Amino acid sequence: MSSAREEILGRVGRILGPGRTPAATAYTAIERPYLRRHHEDGVLDLFAERTADYRATVHRVDPADLPGAVARALTGSRYAVPGGLPAEWLAEVDPARLAHDPGIGELDGLDGVVTGCAVAIAETGTIVLDHGPGQGRRALTLVPDYHLIVVTADQVAPDVPEALERLDPARPLTFISGPSATSDIELNRVEGVHGPRTLEVILTVRSP
Amino acid sequence: MRIALFVTCLNDTMFPDTGKAVVRLLRRLGHEVEFPAAQTCCGQMHFNTGYRKQVTPMVRSFAETFAPYDAVVTPSASCAAMVRDWHPRIDSGAAPVASNVYELAEFLVDVLGVTDVGAYYPHRVTYHPTCHSLRMLKIGDRPLQLLRAVRGLELVELPDATECCGFGGTFALKNSEVSAAMGADKVACVRATGAEALCAADNSCLMHIGGILTRTGPDVRTVHLAEILASTEEDPHE
Amino acid sequence: MSEHATRDRGRASMPTYLGMPPFPEAAGKAVADTRLRGNLAHATGTIRDRRLSAVAELDDWDALREAGKQIKDHTLEHLDHYLLLLEEKITAAGGTVHWARDAAEANRIVADLVRATGHTEVVKVKSMATQEIGLNEALAEEGITAYETDLAELIVQLGDDRPSHILVPAIHRNRAEIRDIFRSRMPDAPADLSDSPAELAEAARRHLRAKFLSAKVAVSGVNFAVAETGTLVVLESEGNGRMCLTLPETLISVMGIEKVLPTWQDLEVFLQLLPRSSTAERMNPYTSTWTGVTPGDGPRDFHLVLLDNGRTDTLADQVGRQALRCIRCSACLNVCPVYARAGGHAYGSPYPGPIGAILSPQIRGIGSPVDASLPYASSLCGACFEACPVAIDIPEVLVHLRAEAVEEGPKHPLVGTAMAAAGWTLRSPRRLALAQRLASASRRLVGRRGQIRRLPGPLRAWTDSRDAPAPPPESFRAWWKRTNGGRS
Repeated sequence: MSSAREEILGRVGRILGPGRTPAATAYTAIERPYLRRHHEDGVLDLFAERTADYRATVHRVDPADLPGAVARALTGSRYAVPGGLPAEWLAEVDPARLAHDPGIGELDGLDGVVTGCAVAIAETGTIVLDHGPGQGRRALTLVPDYHLIVVTADQVAPDVPEALERLDPARPLTFISGPSATSDIELNRVEGVHGPRTLEVILTVRSP
Repeated sequence: MRIALFVTCLNDTMFPDTGKAVVRLLRRLGHEVEFPAAQTCCGQMHFNTGYRKQVTPMVRSFAETFAPYDAVVTPSASCAAMVRDWHPRIDSGAAPVASNVYELAEFLVDVLGVTDVGAYYPHRVTYHPTCHSLRMLKIGDRPLQLLRAVRGLELVELPDATECCGFGGTFALKNSEVSAAMGADKVACVRATGAEALCAADNSCLMHIGGILTRTGPDVRTVHLAEILASTEEDPHE
Repeated sequence: MSEHATRDRGRASMPTYLGMPPFPEAAGKAVADTRLRGNLAHATGTIRDRRLSAVAELDDWDALREAGKQIKDHTLEHLDHYLLLLEEKITAAGGTVHWARDAAEANRIVADLVRATGHTEVVKVKSMATQEIGLNEALAEEGITAYETDLAELIVQLGDDRPSHILVPAIHRNRAEIRDIFRSRMPDAPADLSDSPAELAEAARRHLRAKFLSAKVAVSGVNFAVAETGTLVVLESEGNGRMCLTLPETLISVMGIEKVLPTWQDLEVFLQLLPRSSTAERMNPYTSTWTGVTPGDGPRDFHLVLLDNGRTDTLADQVGRQALRCIRCSACLNVCPVYARAGGHAYGSPYPGPIGAILSPQIRGIGSPVDASLPYASSLCGACFEACPVAIDIPEVLVHLRAEAVEEGPKHPLVGTAMAAAGWTLRSPRRLALAQRLASASRRLVGRRGQIRRLPGPLRAWTDSRDAPAPPPESFRAWWKRTNGGRS
């Protein structure tokens, strides 16, 4: 008896037949007449507006004001922070209020988590974590009920195609578009289910 | 230009006035139209129900019957779509004839280049864009352009116009409860317009909607687009 | 036209929901349920307009749709190549790939994997593939409890119900019904729980929290699998997907073989098409991607089960194959006037609506009365084709499968005879003219003010709810002949 693998591949091969153009050659013939980006200008404004559309809170600050903005946002008592988060972001927060890379049990009892990100997408108001330095392993940004993300202007890609180009698929990635939500009750969007119910974003843009 | 009328089996058998209206209208616009007597049916009912063996002879006979004509005009968007979309795929020999087939509104607007056909119809009318006219033939607002130019006609917009009326050929029999529910919702939209008449480019859908209308009240009548366009002050549609 | 009339079918099975009658009967009952119709009309009505504006926002939507179609068609044409590549990349990244010919084989694989962990509970993120193979029931027979964590799936599971929609399995329930299910079936639901969606979501959050934090094994589906990198992609909203994909030690994902995509770049098309088509959002709240296992982050053990279960049979059908382009967005359900009135259960399959009407008979074969009835569960209005983000010509496949149902499905001698007689009449102008004269002669017998209130035989289904016009005194062709085309 042949294995499932051989049988499935055998059937596919027989159905599609021999003499096909090699996949790599045929692939290049796919037409992609769509746009690489939908907006040329005002990308940062667009990102802020689209992220806020999901009922996330968005602040725009000058990089110099970031430590103050972070301190103002953290109104609870204790927050998780990942390794590799730039120390100056937290310069105005009492270090005693920070838990560095806590375990899952501790995470559930914290007020939130502060991270950076890898890339953001203006068109869709999306922030992507690649869980590298300053972002922590995936559980860190999932279990707490509040997530503060710092996005720097250079991280904002105008649209989905350019964002994917900047990402490394070998890393685990999390695309975040607003707080956790559901459309499961009468197909209406309601914010707040299992993931963080509050998403706050600080976008740093150098003042002209 | 040699023009043939493809009246369709349904109009031929059940709604001859629609065929007569097309003849009257085209004559008034200065075009003689012929009726090749060998015509029968485009095969749509059999094709859409899965009885394909019956269809091929109908497709061939259609192509043969209408081959001598420059244009084939039909007062049915659904049958026009069947011929144009499917005949060439069923028999490639049918392609040249199929490409000469026009639904009435398309023929008037695109081929003859007229929107004001000199009609007179002093009634409040709403228009239902049938699914095949909308999504297969894509005749868009051509019927509305024609209706807007009709003197005396007050055109009122139909709510949820693009929603299917539930006819669907043998669907109306095979899934009669769902079909009737869709029809009832369509009728509610029609009544909400306060129109005296419901107009469409297909008598099949009108037969279904009209059957529910007459069953549930005497207030709204159904009328094919061709009959409104053929109506004049001298020769009004009764 | 039925080039596959005698094809060798592979192994496939999918639960036909026990005791389900053919579509017309089930739909007929559903139509009479006014609460169900109200719930469906409200939910689908809400999403329709929102989808239209989400789509209208992108001026290149048609181009994205065309690219999506071409990428999927290309992948299907080279499916063996991409599956092998995917397997190679996932294996290299520390995952294990399994192959399953049918539902039973896939369920066996998953059950064995769970048992090997020594645990008897799994958390699940909503997955059509595992619905299709009846995984929860199969695991239960092995003493393994599967907890659905998607809100709608949870509603269905707690209510001992069946899913009725691809994206929102509890679409047939309104908020008050959901509150009642939670109050009576969710042990930790607050006694004063209201029907506000926010409170209901909060109750689900509290109910599942402990489960997530202690779960050791998770089962998921897959939206896309990138062959060149071995990356799997899951789109979701609530965060239950992230919980399942991240917190447990073992992750088992089940995916249909048609879900593979050639390259990472291809995602740029589908991440634009899918969210706007399904929930009418620019982007869904959460998308997770992972490639094998990542030391120190997420599951230590990852398994992918590649499922055929009728997909190669579908691939063998030149016309029906396009159903494999489906990305399970459910736009076709939301725009379908038949679905909106019949509801999802009437389709007798985990795949309801227009896509279900072409997918179920292809996966299961068209031999049963339920499957042979599904291709007819449509008025062929074409709204589904128009809404489909990968341009599946659903009406084309429906009429194709109707031909198959006539050839290979259960026989309906009466209908067959009637269609043959109609065909015989319509093939000849002389016979048609004779039939028309007979009809005209009968008009005085039947007509009342030109309307027939009741027709005999199978045509009674027409006059049950609508009048039929009485035949005219003379047909068009008779008039033309008598008056020389109105000239005399």
